[in-house]
Amino acid sequence: MFNEIGPVDAVGIEERVAKYGTRSIKKGAKLFGLKLATSMVDLTTLEGKDTPGKVASLCQKALNPCDDPAIPTVAAVCVYPSMVRYARRALGPDTPVRIASVATAFPSGQAPLRTRLAEVKAAVGDGADEIDMVINRGAFLAGEFQLVQDEIAAVREMCGAATLKVILEVSELETYDNIRAASFLAMRVLRPNDFIKTSTGKTSLNATLGNNQVMIEAIRDFYLNTGTPIAMKPAGGIRTAKQALQFLVAVKETLGDDWLTNARYRFGASSLLNDLLRQIEKERTGAYQAPYYFSEAAESY
Amino acid sequence: MSTLTKKSSARATTRSTGRSAPELIFGDLWQFDPAPETADPKLKARYELFIGGKFVEPKSGRYFDSINPANETKLAKIAQAGAADVDAAYRAAQNAYTKVWGRMPGRERAKYIYRIARLLQDRAREFAVAETLDGGKPIKESRDFDVPMAAAHFFYHAGWADKLDYVAPGRRVAPLGVVGQVIPWNFPLLMLAWKLAPALAMGNCVVIKPAETTSITALKLAEIFQDAGLPPGVVNIVTGFGDTGAAVMGHPVAAKVAFTGSTEVGKIIMRSLAGTDKKMTMELGGKAANIVFADAPLDQAVEGIVNGIFFNQGHVCCAGSRLLVQESVAAEVLAKLKNRIKVLRVGDPLDKNTDIGAINSAEQLATIKRLVAAGVKEGAAMYQPAGALPAKGYYFPPTVFSNVSMSHRIAREEIFGPVLSVLTFRTVDEAVEKANNTAYGLSAGVWTDKGSRILKMATELKAGVVWANTYNKFDPTSPFGGYKESGFGREGGRQGLLDYCQLA
Repeated sequence: MFNEIGPVDAVGIEERVAKYGTRSIKKGAKLFGLKLATSMVDLTTLEGKDTPGKVASLCQKALNPCDDPAIPTVAAVCVYPSMVRYARRALGPDTPVRIASVATAFPSGQAPLRTRLAEVKAAVGDGADEIDMVINRGAFLAGEFQLVQDEIAAVREMCGAATLKVILEVSELETYDNIRAASFLAMRVLRPNDFIKTSTGKTSLNATLGNNQVMIEAIRDFYLNTGTPIAMKPAGGIRTAKQALQFLVAVKETLGDDWLTNARYRFGASSLLNDLLRQIEKERTGAYQAPYYFSEAAESY
Repeated sequence: MSTLTKKSSARATTRSTGRSAPELIFGDLWQFDPAPETADPKLKARYELFIGGKFVEPKSGRYFDSINPANETKLAKIAQAGAADVDAAYRAAQNAYTKVWGRMPGRERAKYIYRIARLLQDRAREFAVAETLDGGKPIKESRDFDVPMAAAHFFYHAGWADKLDYVAPGRRVAPLGVVGQVIPWNFPLLMLAWKLAPALAMGNCVVIKPAETTSITALKLAEIFQDAGLPPGVVNIVTGFGDTGAAVMGHPVAAKVAFTGSTEVGKIIMRSLAGTDKKMTMELGGKAANIVFADAPLDQAVEGIVNGIFFNQGHVCCAGSRLLVQESVAAEVLAKLKNRIKVLRVGDPLDKNTDIGAINSAEQLATIKRLVAAGVKEGAAMYQPAGALPAKGYYFPPTVFSNVSMSHRIAREEIFGPVLSVLTFRTVDEAVEKANNTAYGLSAGVWTDKGSRILKMATELKAGVVWANTYNKFDPTSPFGGYKESGFGREGGRQGLLDYCQLA
């Protein structure tokens, strides 16, 4: 499979993405980018100490990121399966904010397949709109590509109408060649507008412009070959508005306008949201506001 | 394996249902606002000659205009040096050489050269804006490449100045005397640094002529020479046209001449100097082959192709202007390339988001248009991305010609603009044959995942520089120069220094 999809040169990729950092996004373009990024946030809390109360306050923040009604709601909240029912209760049945649930023995994925599938089924049953699964990295590194792909297909079947996001956990795949290969493995069994996602956020290295680039180039190649559009979600490590804008420039210049929407691109993040809001406020007033002017509901304490 | 079959069946469905092929939309959903660089270039209204450490008026009293190619406005008046001015410059240089610079210990010379490098870094933004205004190159290139690289050349050669005993092991080196240099308009400040730094480190004095369209940053650097306390006459800058250049090259005091520019002018200079004992180095034109094998990382190769031909509007002697791509991936590479150049931004060079700036002069724009018309006439398929060019100024869109063969003019002549000719090959031997089938031999690029093939190609390609899985990479430590009609002599590294000394 590696031969068929072609290799990736690490030096070349990093040189390419360094150019995104030199794009100068000013004024109207900056405001547009900041609002777009806000609408793409999957507001996330994934901790052992999550409670229904924490999840409810996360949901409130997702619906009303700040006092300004012109600011869009975020795309989704992302929680553990046990918290899905509380999120649904907080958001109500008819809401623009979607509920994403990590499942499949997140973050390691080291549970029997039937356990993982049962978890997916439970989360969907409790009202999850989206399932963030992890791939079997052990199997991938052992060369059992077919097993990896079959498991993704099985989870997809279990999702029903829910959108599937496939977490590659790029830091455990290590090489860009592996990331590209894993992207293709997943995409070939996904439905249009299902996602591939970089990371769980539970390892040292998460989303970078480099692995984002490898994955969106894979999405582009797959789309041009098959006509099936796959969506993308970098997750973990994106904390500032400036970073988010660089990721969006990468999308604009690699996948084009059709991916500049939260149906096709998301940010898995929590602290990013308030920095986006702070920058939007700075564009409006010309001055930076102190962090305590923005409600904290997603941060981990 | 099943993943393979899955892919091909998906492909087949797309085709059989007769839907139009999927396309990416690079539209105006998210347009970037203008982001102009606003640093003050601190230009003077009039620039004089720099002779004997002072700015002096030309004896003829004549001046010519320097034009901003981005909007055709006048930037400054530049002094036009005649033969008498060139002679005065050589006398000042000879004087400085015999009395000061030639006898100064290397470690003392190093202090001046380090100082020049540091002062240039201090004023980097100002120089970058001046370079962009004068030459039309995008600010991101003058800011991130030209100015830092110019400073790097001064730093590197300053480091050599007190270690010259080790530049040619077992031999002693001595300076040549006064050196005459003529440089082109594509990298005005950087070429100046390439030429000056090794000459000065070795203990030579210099008379140098910048190109007539891009004299400003050279004369700004003269301000730095004054600030650095460089002894008068060590560097003399005479501005003007071809006749000034001929006077610099032909002056009897010059122990050596160094020229960077077109092969045509290089030949004229060599003819005029035949029979003299002047040493020469020539860095002339190129028509480099950028060779992409089927096993290459294709997206990164496309990035390298773009960097190879559209860097500095293609005004690069080592530009990868002939793309040789293996037939089995030719269609794929061309499709990727077209998508990539759709997002290149052509326009105001001072905008920080501009990828391709202005063509250096109306004359060069006319040359590019003439050769492109020849390409169309000879039947090559031309592709240019949609998008309007600024109404005023000299601009040309990124252009890719496919279905080009070795006998097309656009595959043989140096265009020196953002125009790429795409040719194909089937085997490694054919790639080597086609790459070497040119009068030039300055540079080449090889893209493959196979290490052994890189080594083989590097041996067989007749080019001064062979880049592997990258393109247009420069470093002061690395010698640069050509084969055949691309010239002789090297610039940079130990080899470059050896071209500015006599061995004893």
